[in-house]
Amino acid sequence: MQPATAIPAIEFRDVSYHVAGTPVLSGFSLQVQSGETLVLLGRSGSGKTTSLKLVNRLLSPTSGDIRVKGVSNAEGDVIRLRRSIGYVIQDVGLFPHFTVQRNIGLVPRIEGWPEDRIRARVQELLQMVGLAPETSLRYPHQLSGGQRQRVGVARALAADPEILLMDEPFGALDPLTRDELQREFLLLRQRLHKTVVFVTHDLREAVRLGTRIALMEAGRLVTVLTPKGFLQSTDPLASAYVRAFGEGLESAANRGTS
Amino acid sequence: MNVFRFIWHNHGQVLELTLEHLRLVGFSTLFAMLIGIPLGIVIAHRPRFNKPVLASANIIQTIPSLALFGFLLPVPWLGERADRLAIVALTLYALLPIIRNTYTGIRGVDPAVLEAGRGMGLTESQLLFHVELPLAVSVILSGVRVAVVISVGLATIAAAIGAGGLGEFIFRGLAMVDDRVIFAGAIPAAILALVADFGVGWVERRLQPR
Repeated sequence: MQPATAIPAIEFRDVSYHVAGTPVLSGFSLQVQSGETLVLLGRSGSGKTTSLKLVNRLLSPTSGDIRVKGVSNAEGDVIRLRRSIGYVIQDVGLFPHFTVQRNIGLVPRIEGWPEDRIRARVQELLQMVGLAPETSLRYPHQLSGGQRQRVGVARALAADPEILLMDEPFGALDPLTRDELQREFLLLRQRLHKTVVFVTHDLREAVRLGTRIALMEAGRLVTVLTPKGFLQSTDPLASAYVRAFGEGLESAANRGTS
Repeated sequence: MNVFRFIWHNHGQVLELTLEHLRLVGFSTLFAMLIGIPLGIVIAHRPRFNKPVLASANIIQTIPSLALFGFLLPVPWLGERADRLAIVALTLYALLPIIRNTYTGIRGVDPAVLEAGRGMGLTESQLLFHVELPLAVSVILSGVRVAVVISVGLATIAAAIGAGGLGEFIFRGLAMVDDRVIFAGAIPAAILALVADFGVGWVERRLQPR
């Protein structure tokens, strides 16, 4: 048996990504350990979303290698890879012509699960993300923004992936709903032990949800720190972030699910 | 009332020509859908081909119909039978609204929905059949609807090259300077257009995504 810590869940090895000759990401190397929540923090255009999409191969790197559980993700079937990784985006992207049940159950259905197992799984997931059972028969346009994102998270968890990629999932929600979903995210994480890569530009969210924070700027990785380490960092960019977000960060780091 | 009496007296022929008309419109719309919908899907996915394809369909649309029938007359296999020629010409005219609406409908699908679908591991064909086509279907059908209504009108001109249909009455009436005969072609044609419009519209509403 191999020790679990030996192989990172996700590893970027000197990855670059160019669009029409312009680098969006350069010399990016990072390891994400199994079971941790790594937050990619940075401003718009810093390469956070690009890094995320390189993991499930929605984008292919110009150079370098991305390994998922030790295996280069350029090898093997891209569809299998994506089905083994949950993906949640800010705009949610629920299928508007499907009920919640069909949205969540689409991949299990395509994978050929029997109908009653899909139904049971949908109910289990709805409960997990804090939605009432009867939500399963609703259409996305009948839900609030917060409910929609809960369904988005449930859909990403449908086939029980070990890795979850989340691209500013709570960015479009009002502050109260965001707070609620952040708290539930922490509870869910305790329960499910997923490896999560979480993109945000909100330091408060990063400090609250991350086990580690990777700070990015202009397509490069600046530093990787724990939330507490980040708040005490002397790195000029990190301390600029801390100043910009001001007071109350310490308590956010300590608050967790309370 | 003269008109209706005339139609009543000749109802056998009216019915026959209506069926002929329906056949011209039906086949040409079917062929236009079989060609136009796949073509629209292709250009929605490969923007490179979008300009040339839409421009070609547009140019066909600008050719006066009588002239198009004339142009196609000397084409070997086509020119042999008037109804064959008419169906091909009507198919060409019906292409533009169908291609354009398929293209518009598919391009109109929310990019976030496609990104989520790809990210969760749908193949391109699963994305097409589970997501893009169901979401685009009402836009595509409204293109079909426009195509059908245009075809019903244009098919009357097919009588000029001997392809039959309700145009027979119209041309005969023009030659005889007899309104009743013109109306015997025009009224059923108008009814046909309305019924087709309503019929496709009904299907369109039934298939509308929520």
